[in-house]
Order: sequence, then C-alpha cells, then structure tokens
Amino acid sequence: MERKYIAALLAVSFAALPAAPASAQAKVSDGVVRIGVLTDLSGTYSDLSGQGSVLATKMAVEDFIAAEKPAFKVEVVSADHQNKGDIASNKAREWFEKDGVDMVTDLVTTSTALAVMKIAKEKNRIAIVNGAGSTRITNEDCNDVTVHYTYDTYALANGTGRALVKAGGKSWFFLTADYAFGHSLEKDTMDVVKANGGSVAGSVRHPFPANDFSSFLLKAQSSGAQVIGLANAGNDTINSIKQAAEFGVTPKQSLAGLLMFISDIHSLGLKTAQNMYLTEGFYWDLNEQTRAWSKRFFDRHKRMPTMVHAGQYSSTMHYLKAVKAAGSDDTTAVMAQMKKTPINDFFASKGQIRDDGRMVHDMYLLQVKKPAESKYPWDYYNVRATIPGGEAFQPLSASRCPLIRK
Amino acid sequence: MEIFGIPLRGLAGQLLIGLINGSFYAVLSLGLAVIFGLLNIINFAHGALYMMGAFLAWIGLTHFGINYWAALLLAPLLVGLLGIVIERTLLRWLYQLDHLYGLLLTFGLALIIEGLFRYYFGISGETYEVPEALQGGVDLGFMFLPLYRGWVVLASLVVCLATWFIIERTKIGAYLRAGTENPKLVQALGINVPLMITLTYGFGVALAGFAGVLAAPILQVNPLMGSNLIIVVFAVVVIGGMGSILGSIVTGLGLGLIEGLTRLFYPEASAVVIFVIMVIVLLVRPAGLFGREN
Repeated sequence: MERKYIAALLAVSFAALPAAPASAQAKVSDGVVRIGVLTDLSGTYSDLSGQGSVLATKMAVEDFIAAEKPAFKVEVVSADHQNKGDIASNKAREWFEKDGVDMVTDLVTTSTALAVMKIAKEKNRIAIVNGAGSTRITNEDCNDVTVHYTYDTYALANGTGRALVKAGGKSWFFLTADYAFGHSLEKDTMDVVKANGGSVAGSVRHPFPANDFSSFLLKAQSSGAQVIGLANAGNDTINSIKQAAEFGVTPKQSLAGLLMFISDIHSLGLKTAQNMYLTEGFYWDLNEQTRAWSKRFFDRHKRMPTMVHAGQYSSTMHYLKAVKAAGSDDTTAVMAQMKKTPINDFFASKGQIRDDGRMVHDMYLLQVKKPAESKYPWDYYNVRATIPGGEAFQPLSASRCPLIRK
Repeated sequence: MEIFGIPLRGLAGQLLIGLINGSFYAVLSLGLAVIFGLLNIINFAHGALYMMGAFLAWIGLTHFGINYWAALLLAPLLVGLLGIVIERTLLRWLYQLDHLYGLLLTFGLALIIEGLFRYYFGISGETYEVPEALQGGVDLGFMFLPLYRGWVVLASLVVCLATWFIIERTKIGAYLRAGTENPKLVQALGINVPLMITLTYGFGVALAGFAGVLAAPILQVNPLMGSNLIIVVFAVVVIGGMGSILGSIVTGLGLGLIEGLTRLFYPEASAVVIFVIMVIVLLVRPAGLFGREN
C-alpha cells in the first residue's frame, strides 16, 4: 500500500519534471545535449566510419567542453545500424522519442541516411550525414533539418572524372555495382566525362557484393578504353583493383576509384594502388592543422582518420558551437545558427551550409604515391589539385531540392 | 569468328575464368560433401574456416616470415586441428539429433570466428602478395592468363581427384564409407570409428583452409570473405547431391563455367544463376544430380 503510494508520487513528480526547470538563461531541454552516432559498427563500412566515427565525435565533445565550458552537459550515444534502413529508422525513432537525442549523425550508406532524415523531419530533430554519399540527400529527398557534410558522389565524380579527362583519359569504361548507389555514381561520372569532351566505351554491372571481378575486367580490357571507372565501393573496389593488376589491365589502362577512402588504400598497399587518382574531402597530411588533429586521433584509434572521421569531428563541433550560440537545442534555432556561421577549422576553410543542406567546402584531387615515394607510415597521397568548394559541388542552379525552388 | 555475337576470343577467356572459379567451388563443396556424407553434419562454419585459412597464410607471412608454399601445408593443418577440437568437444554430442542442431551450432561458430577476426583485423582486410614464382602470366592469344590462376586450377584438381580416389578407391575410404553405413558393425570388426569420424571432419575443414590459402593472393583477405562465398557453395553441394564426392567436384567446375557464361551474356544475372539451377534441380531431381534417393 505504502509502496504503491510512493511509486505513484515518483511517477507524478517525474511527469512534472520537464516543465519545472525552464529557467531563463539556458533553454537546452533537460540541461543535456544528446548526440547519437548511428553507424556501421560491424559491416563493410566499419573501417571508414564505425568506431572511428564514435571516437571523433567524443573528441569533439571533449574539446568543446574544455574550450567553451558550456552551461549544459553533452552526452554521446552510439549504435550499429548494420547498413539497413529499417534498423536505422527504428533506432533513430527510439532515440528521439525515448532517450531525448537531439542530433543523429554519421549515417553511412545512403539507405540509412534517407530513412533517418525522414524520422528527423517528423520528430523535428537534426540529422548530420557524414558517411553516406548520394546526392539524393540534398536533392529529391532534401529537408530543412538535414546537413550533408563531408562529401557526395557529385563532388567525387566531378573531381576525379574531370581531372582524368583533362589529363588525356578521353575514353572510359565503367565497372558498376548493380544497385542504386553504383548507378548514380556511374551516371554522375559519365555526365562529367562527356561534358569535358570524353567518351564512354561501355559499362558492365556486377552483382553486389562480388568476389571475383576477372570476367568483368576482361570485358573492360577488351573495350580498349583508356580509363576504367570503378563505380563501386569498399571491398568490391579493393578486389577490382587487386585483380586488375593481376590480369595485366593496369598499368596499360588506368583505374579511377570513384569512391575510395584512405582506409581502402591502407588495406590495398601502395604497390597495388599506386598512381590511382581519387577525390577526398580531407587528407590527414595536408598541413600543420590536419596533422595535429590526425595525430591525436591516431594515438587513440591506431589508424589515421578517413574523411568521414574528420567530418564527424568538425560537424559535431560546429553543431555544439551553434547550440551554445543559440542558447538552445531547439532544432530551428540551431539549424539557423549552423547555416549562418561559416566553418573554419582543420577540416574546412570558409565552409558554408547551403539551404539544401549541402556543406560546401574544398575537395582534394589526390594521386596515390609509388611505394618509393612514401616516406613514413600513412604517407599515401600526392595532392594534385585543391578543388574550390564552389566548383566541387553541384551548383544550386541545378538543384532538384524543393526547398530551393521557393 | 563469332558465336552468338560474342567473339570467340572473349568466349574462351570467360570459359577459362569460369573454370578457375569453378575449382574454388569444387574444393569448398568437396569439403562440405565429405563432412555431410560421413558425419551427417551441415557444416556452416566452412566459410569461416576458409577465411581462417587465408588469414593464417597472411599472419604467417607478415609476422613469422612463413612463405606461401609452407602456408599451403601449415594453414590447412592448423585449420584441420581446430576442426578436430570442434568435433571432439562440440559436434560429437549432436550426431544422434536432427541435422538442424549441427547446422545451428556450426552457424554460431561461424559468427564467433568471423566476429573475432573482425575485431582484431578490421573489415577492409589485408593484402597477400602472389608468390614470386607465380607472378606474371602468359598470353594465350585470347586472353592474358595470370600464372597464379593457372596454378589454382591445377592445385584444386589434384586435391579434388586425390580426395575422390582415397574415399572411393582405397581401403581407408572403404572403412570410412562402411563406418557411416553401419558404425556398430565396423566397430565390432576392430576399427576405431569415432577416431575415424574426428579425422574426417578435420580433413574436411582442412580442405576449406586449403582453399583459403589458394584464394589469399587473389582476393582481399578479409573477415567476411567466407560468408560471401558459402551460400553459393551450399547451392553447389545441393545441386551435386548432398554428400556425393564426385558430384561436388563435377558440379563445382560445371557451375563455375555456367556462371562465367552468364557474366558474358547477361552479367546482372550472374549472382542468381546458380540458385535458379538449384531450384530446377530440386524440382526435377530432389536428391541432386549425383545424389542417391533414399
């Protein structure tokens, strides 16, 4: 009897709790900003995002608290979305509804990003996409609570495609993963190749995931194209490159990795990957600032950061600073603050979030070093060009995002 | 010269590649067939043990300087030993039960083994170089054949035929087959049947380890390499007839060829063609092409 009474009392006081401490100065709901890192902790993309993304987020939170001494607390939670849209959206819903998460981030693979963006819009919380690459995130499926931060397939196709055509790689053949992401990467790159005066000799679509690429490489070889564009990702790309060397496709024809991360190069080794061109939004060895941050990351993760890890840190820091400046974790206020403030840190200089959610920043055209050129661990790239943000990303005039037309 | 609009050169190249892939299917499905035929266990850990073979070769080379040729012997031996431990401690309790228990146990083992490797080595995997003696290739006129791929076909065929010969044509093989038909009777004749069964399981998984070492220089050595392959290999075993030694070898090679042709004419279907054939075979001959109806 007595116990029941106490339980009821507790329930009532908890129910009343959120309304009670609405003090004038800090309007951060319940005094805590909660960040949910939803990523691939066990599958194909767990090296390029995964635990590294969780760590980068925590580093951003630690640095923010140490430097800014905010009046609110910050908590980080993480979960494995297993690259499945339904798992991702269930988790995001649970976080938003039950756990009071204010912002969900990372989201590697397009299907999970698109699913979570919708929930975020419905629940009026923020989604910051760092892992996924499809341009759909800021076009057909764009919304006003999502930021696409690190890169997209347009920027990659644009960077690598244009550079190679200009360097004389006029005829192309595509090796394409047979699903939405592969098709869109292939199309984006074909457009760039043709627009720059190149031609497309053909393409072949391989099942996803695949192990053996020799049949497809044989086709690419007999096409006689100068460049073979790899419109696939992860282990498919790695195995394509490895087997291209085995079958003597390279160095007669050159390969263009259209979505590659430094973790892929690390696992392939320079002997196999040498001379390839690729585009990334970040390289740890660009300047003093990037080296300083990356070495801190390395000390804790034992691997150098990918662009996703760096973007994860930078975007989390940008978000937290916006919360502090807005004095609130209210979605509309924080989004407005984030879009208003330019981003200047080791990841981006004069970075800006557009109304379609695209964070525009410089991208880098990189070429993989020869083994003899590499002087120290993780010394993998020669920076061939810095592509200014305005050129790297799809211009707003071509946007298919409904927010832009208005 | 052209056949169905495809130049003969291209066709020959794709058939050869089909044969190379088929020899992997053959070695892997052979191991499964041996284990199922003699132990009645559906060994779902086969893919994980294949991955382990590849990783052992890589670890051997990177940390202990053990070269490819030694790894080709040592890695299957170690995988086989692990198999013996698994059989003695876990599988032997399941022989009296339904197939499903063996399947669940080995599936669980596969998840544990893959999880451990993923934890220690990450997902992008490691690169294993082609051994020096087999680098480069020959120009066959219709295609450039890497020497290593030629070696894969040769090594697989030798191992497959030797296994078939031992089981079907020697006295040890006769004991094995008899032991599975009527263990009590064979035991009464003074043969240690449990030991025989343990060694058979060890041998079956050693074949998986062997295939793993063969695959290491071709594929990126990563924790998921086995689970990508194992479903196809099971389809091969079902088509060949569960437990049929010759069936698994012939079907493995044959399906490699069919897959190669599909990649030439309609690449999008190359991932499903084997399963389409499996469905047809199961409808027409439920025991598989080489299986015996009970």
